[in-house]
Amino acid sequence: MRRLSRLAVATLTCALTVGTVQAAEVNVYSARKDHLLKPVLDAFSHKTGIKVNLLSASEDQLLERLKSEGKDSPADLFVTTDVAHLHAARVAGVLQPVTSKAIETAIPAAYRDPQGYWTGLSARSRVVFYAKDRVKPSEITTYEDLADPKWKGRICVRSSSSTYNQSLLAGLIAVNGPTKAEAWAKGVADNMARKPQGGDRDQISAVAAGQCDIAIANTYYYGGMLTSTKEAEREAAAKVGIAFPNQQGRGAHMNVAGAGVTASAKNRGEAVQLLEFMAGPEAQALFAQANNEFPVRPGVAASPVVAAWGVFKAEDINVAMLGENRAEAIRIFDRVGWR
Amino acid sequence: MLLRPQTACRPPNAWVLTISVLAGLVSLPVLAVVANLAAPSLDIWRHLAATVLPAYVGNSLLLMLGVGLGVAVGGVGAAWLVTMCRFPGSRGLEWALLLPMAMPAYVVAYTYTGLLDFAGPVQGALRLLGGWASARDYWFPEIRSLGGAVTVMTLVLYPYVYILARTAFLEQSVCVLEASRTLGRTPWQAFVGVALPLARPAIAAGVALALMETLNDFGTVQYFAVDTFATGIYRTWMGMGQPAVAAQLGAMLMLFVLVLIVVERLSRGAARAHHTTPRYRSLPRIRLRRWRAFLAFVFCAAPVAFGFAIPAITLAAWSSGSETDVAAFVALAGNSLILATVTGGLAVLVALVLAFGRRLHPTLFLAVLLRLTSLGYAIPGGVIAVGILVPLTALDREIAAFARQHLGLGVGLLMTGSVGALVYAYLVRFLAVAANTVEASLDKVTPNMEAAARTLGLSPLATLRRVHAPIMRGSLLSAALLVFVDVMKELPATLIIRPFNFDTLATRTFTLASDERLADAALPALAIVAAGLAPVVLLSRAIARSRPGDHS
Repeated sequence: MRRLSRLAVATLTCALTVGTVQAAEVNVYSARKDHLLKPVLDAFSHKTGIKVNLLSASEDQLLERLKSEGKDSPADLFVTTDVAHLHAARVAGVLQPVTSKAIETAIPAAYRDPQGYWTGLSARSRVVFYAKDRVKPSEITTYEDLADPKWKGRICVRSSSSTYNQSLLAGLIAVNGPTKAEAWAKGVADNMARKPQGGDRDQISAVAAGQCDIAIANTYYYGGMLTSTKEAEREAAAKVGIAFPNQQGRGAHMNVAGAGVTASAKNRGEAVQLLEFMAGPEAQALFAQANNEFPVRPGVAASPVVAAWGVFKAEDINVAMLGENRAEAIRIFDRVGWR
Repeated sequence: MLLRPQTACRPPNAWVLTISVLAGLVSLPVLAVVANLAAPSLDIWRHLAATVLPAYVGNSLLLMLGVGLGVAVGGVGAAWLVTMCRFPGSRGLEWALLLPMAMPAYVVAYTYTGLLDFAGPVQGALRLLGGWASARDYWFPEIRSLGGAVTVMTLVLYPYVYILARTAFLEQSVCVLEASRTLGRTPWQAFVGVALPLARPAIAAGVALALMETLNDFGTVQYFAVDTFATGIYRTWMGMGQPAVAAQLGAMLMLFVLVLIVVERLSRGAARAHHTTPRYRSLPRIRLRRWRAFLAFVFCAAPVAFGFAIPAITLAAWSSGSETDVAAFVALAGNSLILATVTGGLAVLVALVLAFGRRLHPTLFLAVLLRLTSLGYAIPGGVIAVGILVPLTALDREIAAFARQHLGLGVGLLMTGSVGALVYAYLVRFLAVAANTVEASLDKVTPNMEAAARTLGLSPLATLRRVHAPIMRGSLLSAALLVFVDVMKELPATLIIRPFNFDTLATRTFTLASDERLADAALPALAIVAAGLAPVVLLSRAIARSRPGDHS
């Protein structure tokens, strides 16, 4: 190992003294799925000639790596799928603020960090799905209503280990306070048709198969099933309808996937360039079409499936609250037995 | 380290020094995890104890009990049958029994849930036949349950016991067995009274490996909705942001494993399972007929069918119709194979040096140090991965700082995110696999051989090379094979430590599967299995040929 690093030092010294000009590049740590991010990165490289190096892993692990690498980290940009993690990264001190006219004009303030530590790049909503043959859409009113005993034995939802459930409850804690939020979680846990299991698609499939009448899941999973290459998934999704809760009040629960420039960025210029590109119309269209998410840039068209759901009222994201209430949410889940 | 080597008063011995350095490097990440132990966190502990901890402990214990029993009975039984008996298909089953090992547990879990859960084809067909409409109309065993987890983990983990037991049975001397038969024992009594006790270190090593793998598993239990210790560690660390409590949970887990290992060692008592006779010749195989042959065949074929054939066929069915980028696949497979081969060889080498050195210098210091190196295997992969990052980045940052100051160079981090770091991470995670196997085999080489060789003027190293290595050849190959397949399947450490733009078959499978795109994940999952097949078959044949005295 020592010999190896000595060799590397020697090689590098050589390279530097000869004065090799290195092509511009930017290093990305990403928690987004490769196949969703890759097309955007490729388009960026094609347009700018900047090479993008990508490392994909879970956001919790990437955050640990960023923290332990400190200012020596090779990462320039940190991409996540959940706002709680963007917030955690900011708190951990591994991000730096960026001021960019391009980003400020492209992305509404609601989807950005006020100081510019991170930028939301696509939005998703966690909503209710219902069996078209057994449930009338008008029966689904609010998130709060899901704790009503009338849903006993009828709800499917995944484990509380899912960040999306943690953020949903964190949001309810912020809006209704911890006591009401705990009563709500208890009510939903009592109404479950089965022990929480599987991913969001599994919940929607279970509704289609008659195991439960309603499910809580993220919008883009439903979009993915509707446009799936597998006939069984399309058939299942066709039996299930989508309902956006709290339309008379604060709106449906929202979350964003986004990115921030790291505090250690050696290629800061390129990283900002990439971030701006991701906020641009081309990349926004790619996010919207490839994963059926809601584009955050006004004027970018949603995918046909998403557009068919119509306009709905979205809740303002109280980002800091989602991040800070996460631990409290997990404790509540533990107490009410929502595994 | 508070313990001082007993040899400290003598000039430093090259063996002790080498072992200490090697073992120290491998156990650094474990120590990094344990370092959090002192942090006060009573509040969280109270919360955990009052809510979820009892379930974590109960589930972990039940899971270990089920898997432990399953792999011991299945692995030893199958190994004995194919080694000592002849029945239709027994030669093919000799290597086919290893195949489930190439299957990542979480992939088998995906396929069985896909087949058996409510929305799957099996229950769908049943509903069609019975005219039932909803889940309330009939009963079907819930695959996402503790029972399901035990079944799937037994199916993929029994090969650990099988391969070690089989190697032990192959290494045994016929004379001992024949002596017991001459003394009036039936074949069954000879098996229980003679062969089993002789193979016990190997069997215990295999079961210990399977149990540690059970404890460190996160993906499968999560998929089966069973909350174990690993679940708790992840939730408290990642979700609640409490790395100290997570490490304390992890340390509890390690302690538990340590106790298990010690209890097993103590229960062996003073018994030593050395082979005392150097005479080997072909094993006499018992030919089974009619219903006995049929039963033996079913016993050995069932694990292959359920642990390999059915999941593989399901994956193949799922992957039909998805597009393949052949060049990309070759690159992925290349990365996986190279990493697995290099680590496999290195792990066996290190394990051999450690085990032999400890035999030469049986001090408490070395014994404790060697136990520490094994613990990396029992900690959930995602946690030990971060444990690996801590010393790695710390050292790396020192080097970077040195280069900045003295050479005026911004070299960045040289090791973190390199392939070398990956191999180091694999060694930390999987050295236990090689070490357990090698130690079990070394235990059976009688010290008389060593004494003779040393008397004849061979150095310790030469003795290891010319006496032990040939005798232990089968076990060394088994150890390399076990590490090889583990590296092929390894996920959490690979994900976080790998270089930029670097993928293996396992990371690609996981990326797709975790996005709930099981159909697309089927192809790389099949490739893991396929890439693992050739080495499994080759090594299995080498092990079969490795019987001392069968070649010269």
